[in-house]
Amino acid sequence: MTPPPKVSIRGLSMRFPTDGSVIEVLSSIDLEVKDGELVCILGPSGCGKSTLLNIVGGFLKATSGAVLIDEQEVAGPDPRRIFVFQERGVFPWLTVEGNVGFGLFRLGAAERAERIAYYVKLVGLSGFENAYPQELSGGMKQRLEVARALAVNPDVLFLDEPFGALDSITRLVMRSELLRIRRAEKKTILFVTHDIDESVQLADRVVVMSTRPATIRRIVEIDMSHPRDLSSPRYIALRDLLLGEIGLAHKI
Amino acid sequence: MPTRSDVERVLLPLGTAALAIVAWSLAVRLTHTTVFPSPLKVAAGLRELAARGVLWRYTGDSLRRVATGYSLALVLGVPAGLALGWIPALASAFNPVIQMARPISPLAWMPLAILWFGVSEAAPDLLIFLGAFFPIVVASMNGVRSVPAMYLQAGRNFGLSTPRLLARVVFPAALPQILVGLRIALGIAWLVVVAAEMIAVDSGLGYLIIDSRNAGKRYDLVVAGMLLIGAIGLVLDVVARRLERLRSVRWGFQGETA
Ligand SMILES: Nc1ncnc2c1ncn2[C@@H]1O[C@H](COP(=O)(O)OP(=O)(O)OP(=O)(O)O)[C@@H](O)[C@H]1O
Ligand SMILES: [Mg+2]
Repeated sequence: MTPPPKVSIRGLSMRFPTDGSVIEVLSSIDLEVKDGELVCILGPSGCGKSTLLNIVGGFLKATSGAVLIDEQEVAGPDPRRIFVFQERGVFPWLTVEGNVGFGLFRLGAAERAERIAYYVKLVGLSGFENAYPQELSGGMKQRLEVARALAVNPDVLFLDEPFGALDSITRLVMRSELLRIRRAEKKTILFVTHDIDESVQLADRVVVMSTRPATIRRIVEIDMSHPRDLSSPRYIALRDLLLGEIGLAHKI
Repeated sequence: MPTRSDVERVLLPLGTAALAIVAWSLAVRLTHTTVFPSPLKVAAGLRELAARGVLWRYTGDSLRRVATGYSLALVLGVPAGLALGWIPALASAFNPVIQMARPISPLAWMPLAILWFGVSEAAPDLLIFLGAFFPIVVASMNGVRSVPAMYLQAGRNFGLSTPRLLARVVFPAALPQILVGLRIALGIAWLVVVAAEMIAVDSGLGYLIIDSRNAGKRYDLVVAGMLLIGAIGLVLDVVARRLERLRSVRWGFQGETA
């Protein structure tokens, strides 16, 4: 017997009323994500990736269709599933410790302190416990936001272009950090990106979206084990396949 | 060794002040005026006020009135502004009234204040309250309204109830803007107390100025009173700016020079 999917998206459509007309952003999306799977949602800018993630996270109500997590319909935001923005989502009025401990208000002081220490260390921010976000680099802020999310021990993470604002070197480092953290903490991850390489490096499966109104064009399984060799023929073949799927030429 | 910034922060302003006093002194001497006092005369006037015991008493009275009116404005204005910023319907209902009451100079309330309270402490307190209340309300309201949606979404995601969200996300996110409003309101309160004391009461620095002129044209005491008001205003502003340097609000003042 196969276990039930962790996340199940069924016939999801989304239309936004704008003055006068209605724009259709998502059109009957069906997707199932397995427990512990890392799925990248890849698509052109403005196609509706953030909208989809916000609906799955419970921040937006879909026009029609349903989202089920653990076979329960999503009715709103829930601390068991945390949304990670680009690094701008950290709270600038709190220190690193304050941010990591933000969601732990239900715990006693001792357990709280222990968890904060653990996650500060996990994301490599030891020594910066009392620093404020404006004293951190972009990559450190991003790791801080991931630590804040992990600290409440969610079972699903939604990441919306989390590394989009970082430079290309930091972005590569952050990807291997994410994979390292994922080995330590098994989570189901929905990762939105418009970076093809990023999706091939991270994902178990890549969901390719069409332009608006977004439908799922294709789902590509990334059948490579970690660590992935970025110059192997398989990697290049998968990347080219995705490039073609997005509708881009192979030359520039 | 003093650093360049020490020189700029301390020596430059002191030098400018010294120059201004020298220029003032020369101007009095060159014009042979008998009405306008020289710096030395003003200093003697200050000593006289101190000896008579009114210097501290009047300063204390003015500060006490500001403390009363301003505290009231703070205690009522911040929650009112937070509520107006958080609940759009409330803002729609009250914004026209606020925007209309705001441009009325607090001094225009003077006749009504005296009608209601007579020549008493309550009249200047009311004017100070009115002068400080509106800037505090508007700054708090705008502060709440400009809290990025992302912070609210993150707060909700971690399961915060609305009261918790207000206390742990909305208020700290709006605090830098609220502090700016509080500082501006304190400056206004200090302006208003002097004017109110010229009319409504018989103590305080404003009263000192008007009384020194009316009873014997003592312009040395008038100028002494003005300098005191300026110096205390400066101290109040420095204290208020200190708050903006607290580490939990510093982020809101990035790109501003100290
Ligand atoms: N609240 C809203 N009201 C009206 N239209 C909206 C709203 N939110 C999103 N849209 C529209 O929906 C479309 C998809 O937006 P969305 O942010 O989901 O795209 P995206 O795929 O995340 O793009 P990007 O890669 O640039 O982040 C856009 O055309 C946008 O203008
Ligand atoms: Mg987006």
